[in-house]
Amino acid sequence: MAATPSSEARAGLKLISPTAIYVILLLAVPLATVLVYSVMTGGRGIVSLPLTIDNYAQLWSKSVYGYIMFKSLMVALTVTFITVILAYPVAYFVSFHVKPDRKSLWLFLITIPFWTSYIIRVSLWFVILGYDGVLDKTLMGLGIMNTQLNFSSYGIPAIIFVLAHAYAPFAVLPIFVSLEKVDRSLLEAGQDLGESRWITFLRVTLPLSMPGVIAAALIVFIPTVGDYVTPKLVGDGKEPMIANFIETQLLKLQNFPQGSAFAVASMLMVGIVSVAFVLLNRRFIGGQK
Amino acid sequence: MKAPWLRSFTLLYLVFLYSPIILLPIFAFNDSKVVAFPLTGFTLGWFREMFSDVNLRIAAKNSLIIALSVATLSTILGIFAARASVRYRFPGKAAIMGLIMLPLVLPEMIVAMALLVVLLSMGVPLSLFTVIIGQVLICTPFAVAILTSAFQSLDRSLEEAAMDLGETQWSTFRLIVLPLVMPGILSSFLICFTIAFDEFIVANFLGSGQPILSVYIFGQFRFPAKVPSMLALGTVLVCMSIILLGFAEYMRRRGIAKAGGKDTGGFL
Repeated sequence: MAATPSSEARAGLKLISPTAIYVILLLAVPLATVLVYSVMTGGRGIVSLPLTIDNYAQLWSKSVYGYIMFKSLMVALTVTFITVILAYPVAYFVSFHVKPDRKSLWLFLITIPFWTSYIIRVSLWFVILGYDGVLDKTLMGLGIMNTQLNFSSYGIPAIIFVLAHAYAPFAVLPIFVSLEKVDRSLLEAGQDLGESRWITFLRVTLPLSMPGVIAAALIVFIPTVGDYVTPKLVGDGKEPMIANFIETQLLKLQNFPQGSAFAVASMLMVGIVSVAFVLLNRRFIGGQK
Repeated sequence: MKAPWLRSFTLLYLVFLYSPIILLPIFAFNDSKVVAFPLTGFTLGWFREMFSDVNLRIAAKNSLIIALSVATLSTILGIFAARASVRYRFPGKAAIMGLIMLPLVLPEMIVAMALLVVLLSMGVPLSLFTVIIGQVLICTPFAVAILTSAFQSLDRSLEEAAMDLGETQWSTFRLIVLPLVMPGILSSFLICFTIAFDEFIVANFLGSGQPILSVYIFGQFRFPAKVPSMLALGTVLVCMSIILLGFAEYMRRRGIAKAGGKDTGGFL
């Protein structure tokens, strides 16, 4: 190709322009609008000047905002921890103990549930765990219990349980990929030098697979912290998380500036936690060199 | 195979993953309004009730319109972005690609709300159309990811050969590149279709009460009397998803095999 850099640049920009214009107009502009709204004055359905940082001051002073964010953060981190801990042995098994030609079949089996409708999966847990649900009816019908357990009214534990189930397959894939990259001869070397299987795992396999673990944590954390459906359905709506609260602020109260400030602050929190994960990842990659 | 503990743990994990989904067909065919064990008998009644539900039919039609439009648009936008990012170097590439992929790392609620705030401020009435433009934002990153790997596995010398033989840039793209990445395009279309068909947040907030399948399902599960027919619907949808995804996976593999096969042929 005898393309000069500038003509190549022009061709590339021209080619990407439809997609670029689409995301600039429909993603960048709306996000920028939210950012601008968050420093404006307003009440019910009104947004006006002057610019103010009052909305952010409100976030700081009123404990409900901090509480919702803290709760969402804790729920998401717990879910992330559970899913990663459960996913690791599964990924390890598929990577180390399944014959190479059967691996993709196992991965396909693990990922299928993730591709079935999220709404249906969460609603099913509602049917199973809720008041008069499958679990309660069955246990009572068999005479094992005589009162409703009604697990879904337990609020946060029920939300954590359902989210951990919904996002479980997400965590397996990145861990599997990083385990596949572990050089098998290193493990043999470790054992030849007299390390036990378990010590070899702790000192070689686990550190080498850490980037996958952190990628998995990130992949689970981001959608769970912003989840809307599960708190609404399973937690009976009594334990709102960030997404539910944004809905209340923006749609029910129509308080655009305050809702925007909350949305921006939430994005910031998600961003900070994500960056922390990525930095952890850097550390491990740096350690390998 | 060694490690019996790991093996049983993995099997238990799979049982846990599948446990709610397994209930779908079990109770969809169970002859009882009460969703509980023990089962009482076999019936097709819930499927009959589902098919005779007029609102459900409207919602399904709307969802189909949305998912087809979203899959088409996202895949087209994905082709532009993936091709440009694989083939060319240009200023601002990282920023543009970052923006395109941003919805992957942003809670969906934020994307939907930001768009909603702008649409409301501009006075745009909410409709199926607004749902489509919102879902395209969500699906395009997936299309770009799939198509990027399809374009990457393409052997550049094939294009150069065609150009040397007198084809124009466009005819080379149409005759050489497009057929080779076709499996990737199909797989992107199917994945986007599945995501859009199941998507709830954008459909709920940018659809403003339009009957759309995921929104309809969400509402109906609250009424105990409606649950069995919703389980029948769920059974149908899960089967559809599995068939579509199996097909998408098959096309993706074939695509890589196709391009990969050509690669080694070129080296030989």
